[in-house]
Amino acid sequence: MSGVRVLVGTRKGAFVLTSDGQRGDWTVDGPHFGGWEIYHVAGSPADPDRIYASQSSGWFGQLIQRSDDGGKTWDAVGNDFAYQGDAGDHLWYDGTPRPWEFKRIWHIEPSRDDPDTVYAGAEDAALYLSTDGGRKWAELTALRTHPTGPTWQPGAGGLCLHTIILDPANKDRIYVAISAAGAFRSDDAGASWLPINKGLRSGEIPDQDSEVGHCVHHITQHPSRPDTLFMQKHWDVMRTDDAGAGWREVSGDLPSDFGFPIAVHAHEPETVYVVPIKSDSEHFPPEGKLRVYRSRTGGGDWEPLTRGLPQSNCYVNVYRDAMAVDTLDPCGIYFGTTGGQVYHSVDAGDSWAPIVRDLPAVLSVEAQVLP
Amino acid sequence: MIRVVLPAHLKNLAHVSGEVHLEVAGPAGDDGGVTPRQVLDTLEARYPALLGTIRDRHSGKRRAFVRFYACEEDLSNESPDTPLPERVVAGQEPFIILGAMAGG
Repeated sequence: MSGVRVLVGTRKGAFVLTSDGQRGDWTVDGPHFGGWEIYHVAGSPADPDRIYASQSSGWFGQLIQRSDDGGKTWDAVGNDFAYQGDAGDHLWYDGTPRPWEFKRIWHIEPSRDDPDTVYAGAEDAALYLSTDGGRKWAELTALRTHPTGPTWQPGAGGLCLHTIILDPANKDRIYVAISAAGAFRSDDAGASWLPINKGLRSGEIPDQDSEVGHCVHHITQHPSRPDTLFMQKHWDVMRTDDAGAGWREVSGDLPSDFGFPIAVHAHEPETVYVVPIKSDSEHFPPEGKLRVYRSRTGGGDWEPLTRGLPQSNCYVNVYRDAMAVDTLDPCGIYFGTTGGQVYHSVDAGDSWAPIVRDLPAVLSVEAQVLP
Repeated sequence: MIRVVLPAHLKNLAHVSGEVHLEVAGPAGDDGGVTPRQVLDTLEARYPALLGTIRDRHSGKRRAFVRFYACEEDLSNESPDTPLPERVVAGQEPFIILGAMAGG
């Protein structure tokens, strides 16, 4: 029987949660790298036992850890994330120029077909590529040096490149998202980039038609429909059906369209999940009720999923990389909270249960299905 | 022989316990002694996993929340080419690397 491995990054270490295909009984292993911030842990689709973890600390900086045995043992690999050439400036919060300065890796995206090829998204925003299993990293400079780069400003969490999507149908196509620059697409494997933010409306910037400056929180894609993307923006849930050429709002009847994560069902490309948060300054669920909202119509019409989730006095947040789906049938959904709970559903969201309740604040969740 | 005390997280990273003992070779410092730069160069050469965790990989600048102590003195803001105290060079006192007092 197949199994499931859930990779959890937290403020104080990484945890590996495992179960068989029934997803009823779970083993919690960790903390790995106790005391370090683990922004993201991601496994290779080509080799599930190859796992990469972004390990960072305000004291000791950035490390990348690699496991070749499914998270049992780890080795520090390369951590030399240099900006190529004259790094130049971006805009600071107060509108003054600020030199690009590496702070951490937010997101790791392993290649779909080569365990040694892996992308990493940095704060301050840059995209890196390793083709030797994480030992050496090279910046794909065309993104940071895009003509709009000097106008990029950080969101409250920093000028972070937090989303990387490697298109399953076109090996040269990459999507990334940066807070608060927006979404970008490359059709030539990162050699050049196109801002794809038309249709986004952001009250926080003066020009609604601005090419960049939109605070995109997360983007997801169903592999069977690569030109359709779903986006949770700072405010608004959006979708595009033409690879980002234009976006339209699908927030519909959500109680709040602010939030961070967004995920799509593994087998139903029009079934989408979000976790509404009250507002940009109140990072907790509306009414103290932790509700995942599901749309089976690709957005617009949403239903609250509450069974098994706290419906009173709940004031946690769910971060942008902290929701994932597995590919079993029925589809499993997983998300982690700033309160340290990791919830899962084995029936596509109809009901939920905690796998573990008292971890450090959860930064990221990824799900792997094991052979 | 130089004795180096690492903070717990860096001991874990380097897979060591207790003090690290280094034979520091190379060009002498400004006054002919052993310098923090030489100690760190030697430390990182033996334990490459520590590259970037104590000082910036390119500028060599000490990370903001890392401190260097020896002989009850804070050497953090000294030039990395200032010779270490003789008692450190003689192995009588350790060169202490630690994370600054900060929570989180």
